[in-house]
Amino acid sequence: MDLAISFDLTVAWALLLATAIFIYVVLDGFDLGLGILYPFFPKKSDRDLVMNSVAPVWDGNETWLVLGGGGLFAAFPLAYAILMPALYPPIIAMLLALVFRGVAFEFRWRARDNRRFLWDAAFIGGSTVAAFAQGVILGAILQGIEVDGRAYGGTWWDWLSPFTVITGVAVVLGYALLGATWLNMKLAGEPQEKARLLAWRFGLATIGSIVVVSLFTPYLDTAYWERWFAWPAILFAAPVPILVGVLTLALFRTLTRGGHDAAPFVIVLAIFLITFAGLGISMWPYIIPTEVTIYDAASPYKSQLFMFVGACVLLPIILGYTTYAYWVFRGKIDPEKGYH
Amino acid sequence: MLDQFDALLLARFQFAFTVAFHFIFPSISIGLASYLAVLNGMWLWTRDEAYLRLWKFWVKPFALVFAMGVVSGITMSYQFGTNWSVFSDKTGPVLGPLMAYEVLTAFFLEAGFLGIMLFGRERVGETLHMVACLMVAVGTAISASWILSVNSWMHTPAGYTISEDGQFLPADWLAVIFNPSFLHRFAHTLTAAYLTTAFVVAGVAAWQMLRGADKNRATRTMFSMAMWMAALVTPVQIFLGDSQGLNTLEHQPVKVMAMEGHYESHPDGAPLVLFGWPNSEERRVDYAVEIPKLSSLILKHDLNAPLDGLDSVPEEEWPPVPIVFWAFRVMVGIGFLMLGIGLFSLWNRWKGTLYTNRWLHRWAVAMGPSGLVAVIAGWVTTEVGRQPYTVYGLLRTADSVSPVGAPAVGASLVAYIVIYFVVFGAGVLYIFKLINHAPRMDEGGAEEEGPLRTSGVTPATEVGRDAAIQGGAAE
Ligand code: HDD
Ligand code: HEM
Ligand code: HEM
Repeated sequence: MDLAISFDLTVAWALLLATAIFIYVVLDGFDLGLGILYPFFPKKSDRDLVMNSVAPVWDGNETWLVLGGGGLFAAFPLAYAILMPALYPPIIAMLLALVFRGVAFEFRWRARDNRRFLWDAAFIGGSTVAAFAQGVILGAILQGIEVDGRAYGGTWWDWLSPFTVITGVAVVLGYALLGATWLNMKLAGEPQEKARLLAWRFGLATIGSIVVVSLFTPYLDTAYWERWFAWPAILFAAPVPILVGVLTLALFRTLTRGGHDAAPFVIVLAIFLITFAGLGISMWPYIIPTEVTIYDAASPYKSQLFMFVGACVLLPIILGYTTYAYWVFRGKIDPEKGYH
Repeated sequence: MLDQFDALLLARFQFAFTVAFHFIFPSISIGLASYLAVLNGMWLWTRDEAYLRLWKFWVKPFALVFAMGVVSGITMSYQFGTNWSVFSDKTGPVLGPLMAYEVLTAFFLEAGFLGIMLFGRERVGETLHMVACLMVAVGTAISASWILSVNSWMHTPAGYTISEDGQFLPADWLAVIFNPSFLHRFAHTLTAAYLTTAFVVAGVAAWQMLRGADKNRATRTMFSMAMWMAALVTPVQIFLGDSQGLNTLEHQPVKVMAMEGHYESHPDGAPLVLFGWPNSEERRVDYAVEIPKLSSLILKHDLNAPLDGLDSVPEEEWPPVPIVFWAFRVMVGIGFLMLGIGLFSLWNRWKGTLYTNRWLHRWAVAMGPSGLVAVIAGWVTTEVGRQPYTVYGLLRTADSVSPVGAPAVGASLVAYIVIYFVVFGAGVLYIFKLINHAPRMDEGGAEEEGPLRTSGVTPATEVGRDAAIQGGAAE
């Protein structure tokens, strides 16, 4: 009886953590995407607008990353203890990159005009490196991590491979797409036109990289292969590429037609959600593919229950006031009047 | 083997460096968040425009400090895994949930309302804006309570069992959270953050007054507020520090022996060593200046009470004595200097010279960063005094470290040091720029001067800012 409940709780935590990571990916995704797109907006006034569009919310976006890390530590401490040393260089690179881009939000307004380019560069470089490192981390987990007892058993450079470089690039492109559709929604006039053009280009690039990564994944490990192509698993897996295809068509349609400025952003969110779910199907029930399952890594029932109660009460409240914060700063930013 | 040792040392240094840097920022943002909430409340209540000006003045450095606190904190939360993975595996079931609660109850609260606090006064109306200020202030205090509960548990573990794998498992959550040293530590550290901020504010105000803004009403107000804090809260802090010391004596007597420099046991009344150089090889304090029996009086409230010394425990259980000894003296010394200026300010207030006594102002400028030094010294006392354990008496530091090679830890350490100094150095310079003028009549908040500034308005030029200090003085 107790066992059955604790099994369910572990699954619930895996889903909860996946949700937190997904929220992080899309929120900080468009946020990092703005940094990646910064080079395409060389004019200072445009750059001000781009940064203004997230200044009030970026801290909240990044907090989901802290929840992801903290949640992993709390609910699956063994996985946290194996993954962090295994991914040491990309994690440190990501953290340091986030330092640069985080402070750029405040420092940019405080620097002298002739020094501002330094913090613009910090924003661009920090965002790009952080996104790339996140892609590498994802790729490294998918390609497999060597485990020895309760610790990481591989070498320093295991995380680096052609596959992880591809996933790194894919995440950079995907975040840029998210950022471009966000700007298409938040800006007006000429900058919006530019954002829409960028959305087109990064849309094509993102779809291309999703295809490349998906072609790679099934070959990484036979378990993935069976998951995707064996009967009847294909029944669950097949909808993923089909839906992505349909949504891509819809994305380009809305981008061409204009009118519904929020639609492309929402569609890209849906594409991210589906690819994310696809990844989940690939990994299930492993947290470190083919080595450690969520059950192996789970912290005891008592720990998971204690947090679960809190998360059930607090997450809806958090989502409530986060939505409120977004709502307060809703609408297009007008270069003449700030928000309206 | 050698490699293991180096990696351990480097990992310890990396943790100490990054957390000391991190803690500088929260110490100020905890204090400033509450100060801003008070200022905003006073503005709404009295409609005295000086308070609004002060709010707009301090909200800008606050935003900078907060951003630096956030980014340095995110690195901390991953460092447990990268550098202390064995520790994470073993303590995760007990400490992980507490840190997750910190994210859920505090970090989201601060982050969610920060944007509204900084940029939303016009958009949400005064009442909701006041609520946002309060939420941010409460969030910082909640955050401190969870992380200090975690840290205290590592000093005085309670409410756990140990599994076959060597993992700590929770047995009683209330006992874990309210472990024996938590409330002492929380009270002393939170008060430390308020005092640190008060001294920063006082230092800035005094600096402006020395530079000719001594008639600026807002500057006077902040100096007066900060000096009340110094006079009233420092005695409280000394009392809280003493009570924490007694708690430590009960649970970690070896740490107190190191703090006091007691290499020998004193069966009939231990002396208080004021200064000296602890010499662990010879097991004595060189050049010691002592007051007989005072240590027993302070710790046991009895002149002749016996006190054990370090000779009563094996040497491999000793923390590095000189570091603990000196860090403790730095903190306590600063505590008494703070008390001194607090009393001096009361005397000046009574004589009516609070805003004119230049010696008071010079002293206050010198004491501006003192809280930060005391806070770091206090943490060094606490943390180094816990050595050689990470979980006191149960898990050794040497057994907590990740299986990551010394070159990797060393390289990341160098990267942290370089980047932290460059980035946070720049941040501190920007803060100095912001506080170098007295709060102006037309002080712009984060909204007017920060990211959401409307592009039609040209920001005040550097020249304009410098001119403003005289503008403030002329008022
Ligand atoms: C949540 C836990 C936690 C918190 C809040 C702190 N520490 Fe800590 N500290 C540790 C958890 C820890 C640790 C993980 O347990 C370390 C790493 C290695 C060790 O011995 O303990 C440690 C080591 C450590 C050391 C090295 C001791 C030695 O190696 O001899 C120093 C100087 C500090 N810390 C300083 C600080 C400061 C200045 C803090 C506050 C601002 C602080 N710690 C907060
Ligand atoms: C190892 C120890 C610590 C870790 C892992 C840690 C982690 C973090 C993280 C991740 C953040 C950013 C949260 C955000 O995204 O908004 C943060 C901010 C903060 N931390 Fe820490 N922290 C540690 C030590 C401390 C200590 C000792 C205190 C206070 C007593 C403290 C108080 C705060 C506060 C008040 C904030 C929010 C305000 C600010 O960002 O300046 N932290 N911390
Ligand atoms: C004369 C006054 C003071 C006394 C007697 C005192 C005493 C103590 C003691 C006994 C400890 C605990 C070490 C341990 O873990 O055993 C401590 C820690 C600490 N002190 Fe003080 N203290 C004083 C003043 C201050 C001041 C003025 C500040 C800062 C403004 C400060 C900040 C801290 C901090 C941040 C810690 C570490 C956190 C903790 O363990 O709670 N202290 N102090």
